[in-house]
Amino acid sequence: MIWIDTIIQGILLGGLYALFAAGLSLVFGIMRLVNLAHGDLIVLGAFLILVLVTALGLNPFLATLVAIPLMFALGWGLQLVILNRTLGDDILPPLLVTFGLSIVIQNGLLEGFSADSQRISAGALETASIPLGPVTVGVMPLLTFLSALAVIVALNQLFYRTSLGRAFRATSDDPVTAGLMGIEPNRIFAVATGIAFVVVTIAALYLGTRANFDPTIGPARLIYAFEAVIIGGLGSLWGTLAGGIIIGVAQTVGAAINPEWQILAGHVAFLVVLAVRPRGLFPKGL
Amino acid sequence: MAFLETRALTASYGDFQALFGVDIALEAGETIAIIGANGAGKTTLLRSITGILRNGADQVLFDGKPIGTASPPEIVRHGIAMVPEGRRLFPSLTVEENLLIGRYGRKAEGLWNLDTVYDLFPVLRQRRNSPGTALSGGQQQMVAIGRALMSNPRVLLCDEISLGLAPVIIRDIYAAFPRIRQSGAAIVVVEQDIGQALKVADRVYCMMEGRVTLSGKPADLSRDAIHNAYFGTA
Repeated sequence: MIWIDTIIQGILLGGLYALFAAGLSLVFGIMRLVNLAHGDLIVLGAFLILVLVTALGLNPFLATLVAIPLMFALGWGLQLVILNRTLGDDILPPLLVTFGLSIVIQNGLLEGFSADSQRISAGALETASIPLGPVTVGVMPLLTFLSALAVIVALNQLFYRTSLGRAFRATSDDPVTAGLMGIEPNRIFAVATGIAFVVVTIAALYLGTRANFDPTIGPARLIYAFEAVIIGGLGSLWGTLAGGIIIGVAQTVGAAINPEWQILAGHVAFLVVLAVRPRGLFPKGL
Repeated sequence: MAFLETRALTASYGDFQALFGVDIALEAGETIAIIGANGAGKTTLLRSITGILRNGADQVLFDGKPIGTASPPEIVRHGIAMVPEGRRLFPSLTVEENLLIGRYGRKAEGLWNLDTVYDLFPVLRQRRNSPGTALSGGQQQMVAIGRALMSNPRVLLCDEISLGLAPVIIRDIYAAFPRIRQSGAAIVVVEQDIGQALKVADRVYCMMEGRVTLSGKPADLSRDAIHNAYFGTA
């Protein structure tokens, strides 16, 4: 029974990693941009929610709804003003610029909020749990997982059922020809990054309510996100969820064997998948 | 004044100059063909008109307005659509999605919509849910033409649509042109296939080494004159 519980907790944890990874996967899939500041942006989102919660006295879920349009605008503007200039045949400029952005965000947050650990309080929900068959699961982990599912379903619907989604895929295939169809690639990229920032904000809510965070934890979240994306296969959103679950389960199983093995087990699982399936489990174009 | 016009159009790729003062004029509803050997500057001319290569504002005029500095999406909004060389279908999109992307972001009013494009090329209706790039070359070319028509263009630019296709397929594709003309669109056909170009066009321009070397109505151009303008030797 303990193992079933461990695996279910791992799957739910995988939902959090899938949320970390979905925004990264989205941006990479559409514009081949690897955003090294992705983890720091999640932390930035968590601080934004924290400020809204403490300053306005909002419930964290309501604060997230307020933060979402702000983060969308930030992502849209960042892409339009800065990141679009880095795109091209050379993959180095986006790496350098987003690495710089990562440092700027970390230090900006250190200036503004100090290095102290923070936590967004979700009240009674933090300890609430419900029985699920043979095991009992926490409400917050369950909400995290359901949010990840909802995000991935919504993004898939957006990609494959809407005209904006067609424009994303067309621009990803061939930006020059997309221009001949009346699509402005730079604006499409800006909207895509805006949407990725919406996902980042949802990830930030669960990052901030489930554990302590401080301005320096972004890069570690980036690594989990990277691993989930690569395990799943670049550009596949369902693969990203599978990748998150594999890391999550590996971590909880590792921790059940020996608490010191939790983080290591996740990375080992990543290396094993990479060795067996170098292109990930579900490789495909977005 | 012509409907679409280039005036002393020049274009370069870095240090390499590809066009040297090209003057082309297209009247409303007219079909012109631009012929010439590889490297004559035909594709460069179309890339300049569509804004992929930027020009001086007054070097390209459409309906009397200077559009030489407009971007490709702006050019499409003016009503100039392109069937690019090599078809360039979007591999991630189905046939129908490839067609729909042709009218992205606007309600293009006019004859052309999914139904009328499927009527023009019935085989595409059967393949509507296949990935665009899973089709044969000829069918892909039909998608590329349909995709451009979906914006209900006032000018349709076709770049080397017969390239790499069997003669019987080329004939099928060109069989659709009378109906495209009936929709009111003016057409610019860039072709290496001289015979096909002379058949479909009201007027022909022959290019060589970035210059127009001959122009006129097909009936008025002798075989020798075309040969001379095409290859530079009599």
